[in-house]
Amino acid sequence: MAETNAVRDGLRTYRMIAALWMRSTMAYRASFALTTIVGFAVTGLDFVAILLMFSQIDALGGYTLPEVALLYGLSGVAFGLADLAIGSMDRLGRRVRDGTLDTLLVRPAPVLAQMAADRFSLRRLGRIAQGALVLGYALSTLSVQWTPLKLLLLPVTLVSGAAIFCAVFVAGAAFQFVAQDASEVQNAFTYGGATLLQYPPTVFAAELVRGVTFVLPLAFVNWLPASYLLGRPYPLDLPRWTAFAPPLVAVACCALAGLAWRAGLRSYRSTGS
Amino acid sequence: MTDGDFVEPDRFIELDGVEKVFDVRRKTGFLRRERRQVRAVDSISFTVARGEMVGYIGPNGAGKSTTIKMLTGILTPSGGRLRVAGIDPSRERRRLAQRIGVVFGQRTTLWWDLPLIDSYRLVHRMYRVPDRRYRENLDRCVELLELADLLDVPVRQLSLGQRMRGDIAAALLHDPEVLYLDEPTIGLDVVSKAKVREFLRSLNADRGTTVLLTTHDLQDIEQLCSRVMVIDHGRLVYDGALAGLHEAGEGERTLVVDLEREVPPIEVPGARVTKVEGPRQWLAFPASASAAPLVARIAASYPLADLAVREPDIEAVIARMYAGEAEGAVS
Repeated sequence: MAETNAVRDGLRTYRMIAALWMRSTMAYRASFALTTIVGFAVTGLDFVAILLMFSQIDALGGYTLPEVALLYGLSGVAFGLADLAIGSMDRLGRRVRDGTLDTLLVRPAPVLAQMAADRFSLRRLGRIAQGALVLGYALSTLSVQWTPLKLLLLPVTLVSGAAIFCAVFVAGAAFQFVAQDASEVQNAFTYGGATLLQYPPTVFAAELVRGVTFVLPLAFVNWLPASYLLGRPYPLDLPRWTAFAPPLVAVACCALAGLAWRAGLRSYRSTGS
Repeated sequence: MTDGDFVEPDRFIELDGVEKVFDVRRKTGFLRRERRQVRAVDSISFTVARGEMVGYIGPNGAGKSTTIKMLTGILTPSGGRLRVAGIDPSRERRRLAQRIGVVFGQRTTLWWDLPLIDSYRLVHRMYRVPDRRYRENLDRCVELLELADLLDVPVRQLSLGQRMRGDIAAALLHDPEVLYLDEPTIGLDVVSKAKVREFLRSLNADRGTTVLLTTHDLQDIEQLCSRVMVIDHGRLVYDGALAGLHEAGEGERTLVVDLEREVPPIEVPGARVTKVEGPRQWLAFPASASAAPLVARIAASYPLADLAVREPDIEAVIARMYAGEAEGAVS
């Protein structure tokens, strides 16, 4: 009961602050339009890089272009959703340093929600749009035997993937309570992770694949569900049911990230540094 | 209003042996760190009654901000007992937030790119202030802090003084029972300072709001607070009236007089000349004494052109307190 109240409080706070940030960015309309378009174009560039590769080769790690596009689209949309929702969490370290975190702590609202909504900006829709475009291309060119289960798996995968990335954002921010200059470390895991997932698991060393499966479970964002959709062998010979595990993994990641956040905030309040 | 917490009115804010110890890690070489414990607040005890207006002063790094952060629930004390309105701030930070207002002089809580009124609307919703109360409080703040022409101006275009007034209003829209101000007049011009002080005085008188303010400006204290607490090295070294602080610190004010021509050092009872520079002379007199009779006496027998009174600064007063051992200063 207390937990549902906390969630409701958090969402309410998030909505209020995100709405104000949206109005804030609209104070500079031209800049908003420009950065949205540039964001769309720049994220588009790394798909152009993949297209260029495929002009020289027919398959990458055994994956055809539409198959890689599926990985790219799933990762891009999931990451884009997380980035849109709580992409400014990496500013936490800066807020600790300049003391503005304290102004969030004296309000009657959850700090996590206030921080998540910080600098909320619809310009991040550009990234989602770009990922969705590639995903659309993949789905329209792939010759997949669609079953109801596979159709259901798509949205579930996107939502779970976004939740997993959100957990990484929150855990990274929690770490910044302790190490305030770690925002680049966090970016390596978020942006870096999203880029990694654009490529098939078969091009990476087994240790790396193991790491992003069992340690930082990014493989559940797209690799495993995509293996099922494409009827391909699973990375690390994982059992077939793992393709349907993303929601569970997402819940576990979010719970762990929540605990990390709590511990981080508690440590901040006892050290104040 | 009190959520069923019973609080004795004269123990509205209560600290009993409150401590805050920080672990400071310092780099002493490559990967080598030295750990050291710093006692930012060292066993502080005091109570503040509902409706009191108290100045909390001390040199930089004395522990003022740390105390305020513990009182607002930002920081958890390392030891001792702390209650504000019957609430343990660090355990029920968000419940307490509904009942306190905080103004950080150097950090605005206003929305930089949005008109001032948008920040107030956020407070309205976030603190769930009933519509009527919000209207009344906003109208009152707008009138007394002269914000009417500023409500539609983006905060980034406000002057420092205007923004401070805007920040103070934002901290009061939810009817806080206690208001903490951390350096509310820092960097403000004389007119803005006067407006802020006047407003705080009326807030305290009309609403009975308890006010605790930290400052470097002794005039803030002089014009607002009947009681002052001095903290240094994390310890409370004085708690009482401002006049007593001057006595304890043997504080002296300085009268700077510009004469029409050069004359020998002025001789006047109750003051002594400390410096002469051409037609300008500096006279020291006890901070507890009034400047008016002194000025009258000088004007009667010397060709007075202009004058100014300089307040002793807090650092000097505290330094002198230590020099004089400040017997019996802590009540």
